[in-house]
Amino acid sequence: MISALNDAATRLGLEPGLPLANARAICPDIAVFDADEAADAQTLNDIADWCDRFTPLVALDPPHGLLLDISGCAHLFGGEVAMLKTICDALRRQGFVVSAAIAGTAACARTLTRARSGNVIAEGQEAAAVAALPVFTLGADDAITRGLRRAGLKTIGDVAARGRHEIAARFGADFVALLEQALGARDAPISPRKPLPDYIAERRFAEPVATDTVIAATLSRLAQTLIASMNRDGKGARRLEASFFRTDGAVRVIGVETGLPVTRGEIIDRLFRERLDALADPLDPGFGFDLIRLAASRTDDVVAAQRDLDAHVHDSDEVAALIDRIAARIGGSRIVVHLPQDTHIPERAMLAVPAQHRFAAATVAAWPARAEAEPPLRPLRLFAQPEPVEVPFAEIPDKPPTIFRWRHVLHTVVRAEGPERIAMEWWRTKNNMPTRDYFRVEDETGLRFWLYRDGLYGEGGQEQAKPLAWFLHGLFA
Amino acid sequence: MESARSVFLRDEEISREDHVSQHDSTLARLRRDIGRLEGDALSFGGEGPPRVTLGHDEADATLQGGLLRGALHEVFASGAQAATATGFIAGLASRVAARRPLMWIRQDFSERENGALAMSGWCELGLDPRAVVTVRAPDVEAALQITADALACDALGAVVTEIWGESRHVDLVASRKLTLAARASGVASLMLRIAAAPSSSTAETRWVVRAARSPPRSSWQGWGAPVFDAQLVRNRHGQTGQWIMEWNCDECLFRDASFGGPATHPQPVAAAPADRSHQAAITLQRRAG
Repeated sequence: MISALNDAATRLGLEPGLPLANARAICPDIAVFDADEAADAQTLNDIADWCDRFTPLVALDPPHGLLLDISGCAHLFGGEVAMLKTICDALRRQGFVVSAAIAGTAACARTLTRARSGNVIAEGQEAAAVAALPVFTLGADDAITRGLRRAGLKTIGDVAARGRHEIAARFGADFVALLEQALGARDAPISPRKPLPDYIAERRFAEPVATDTVIAATLSRLAQTLIASMNRDGKGARRLEASFFRTDGAVRVIGVETGLPVTRGEIIDRLFRERLDALADPLDPGFGFDLIRLAASRTDDVVAAQRDLDAHVHDSDEVAALIDRIAARIGGSRIVVHLPQDTHIPERAMLAVPAQHRFAAATVAAWPARAEAEPPLRPLRLFAQPEPVEVPFAEIPDKPPTIFRWRHVLHTVVRAEGPERIAMEWWRTKNNMPTRDYFRVEDETGLRFWLYRDGLYGEGGQEQAKPLAWFLHGLFA
Repeated sequence: MESARSVFLRDEEISREDHVSQHDSTLARLRRDIGRLEGDALSFGGEGPPRVTLGHDEADATLQGGLLRGALHEVFASGAQAATATGFIAGLASRVAARRPLMWIRQDFSERENGALAMSGWCELGLDPRAVVTVRAPDVEAALQITADALACDALGAVVTEIWGESRHVDLVASRKLTLAARASGVASLMLRIAAAPSSSTAETRWVVRAARSPPRSSWQGWGAPVFDAQLVRNRHGQTGQWIMEWNCDECLFRDASFGGPATHPQPVAAAPADRSHQAAITLQRRAG
């Protein structure tokens, strides 16, 4: 099946949808390439990235279309006609075949592109513009298009002249909606690829820039602009995205997140510096960037805190800023705070959560209090995966081992406490895990270990003789 | 006698004008020079950076009042003693940090090798887990860089860097960087080196820590508080020493645990035979009691 053709093939009378055998019968020496839909989609995505320079509202219209909402942007590019020409020329230079149109509704513009490129339709002229176009340009299902032709409705004007209820009865309400949109009588919003950032600042360059110093200086200037406009609304940035538009069309987006809303330009500056320094694949300017944009994609209200009287507020702000910087450098999941969990299972008693988001919650968390005048009952270092130990001999039913081997070293137990029996949570796990008997043991050199026996003696009835496995779960100080 | 003394006094009076001023300036100049060479303008003359007592009297005396804030302190331990050293440095950090947040920067590999820091155990030592922010650094280089960054933030109480094994990144330059950063902000930098041999650095103090045996008690009492055999092998402003310390979980400070006797408690003379180990353990306990 043919999915796409070049101009020469079209002149031969081939068309998309034709089986390949038929096409070969018409013209035996056509060159055939496998269609790569994933690559096509990727290319469309890349073009959409590039189109971000014209408007933040870019929607994909698969398989081959893009919709740009240019409300209020056109004057920045010299008016609608000039803007359309800029876009088409730039894309044609890159080797794409482009058909573009500007109209009051997305459906109308799309209909126009299927007929002829370069239409700019003024507000209110949609119905007149599409009236003469054939019905297939609406882009409805093949069955509907065929049905319309059979009914003798050749142009959109013909269809529009019929009563809407007749059309709806025959072709469905969806088609009527599409028709209305194409005629400009109704509008449907496009669904942009990315949510519209709350604040945007950008800078275009007549000469592409490539040096780090210029990029850094531009970023800090943009940060100042962004902060100024956010300050007016009492907002601070929680997530920032810097987009670098290369002259050859490639776009690189780099984001940073912060724990607290940022209201100072220097902080943004510093976060991006950290992030850019730590990138695994550094920013490649190629032939240079001709547009750098900084957008605040998530913002929060800033609660102004009184600094002078409460030094503590200032301190925790500073720590939060430090956490943000480290997160920008090595990733937010690598810097964590700890929350207590309501469970007896030692490995689940503590939950590590990203410090960026839960720092405030962690500072007020209620940890279980320790018993006064007791030695530590829980180890300071806990293995994520308990390590098996070799216990050649332990008195049954529940005595600690007298010697054990861990990591090829034999330890002799001189002091032991236990067992502390911890039953697994039967209401959580489907397959019942055995009860553990924990022992705190000290060896002859003073090292302290937390051992456990997986299961109880005599639990398995006949399997009584089978030795039970021992594990080392943690180390005491 | 009388005349001799008066002569002596007169001599001193005569020479005071020129002599004393000259003497003072020479001494001051020398002190300044040494201070400059040591890179520590505060240690002479002016009020020094605050020191924090450990609680162990002898150690505090040797440290001239306690552990210096705003400086680099190193704790070395063998691989087997990782948890002990962790406990010791946790104690130091909590003494220095007081109630302020503590940043614990750990190399990823160390977590796999020695287990993660468990906050339930942290609580059991009498420390506050709410003040701990843990950073899992992918490698030594990143860990050192983050440490330097964190030391610049004076809202922190202490920064602990945990590094496993020898590394060419931890050299004189790196320790110098950390020392300067710590001095500038007044935040203590504590370096935990597991399975590494002490090497030259600009650290204020360097400790080698291993576990000491629990104090003699009857066997049913089990063990007590964590006991450390802490050896101070470098002290930039004083003597070195070795002490048996105990971490008091209730008061959150170090205490003397040598119990008047020698540095160690009775040890089994020969290794306990493997086939009669339970008997050996009993003998030992009797001897210990």
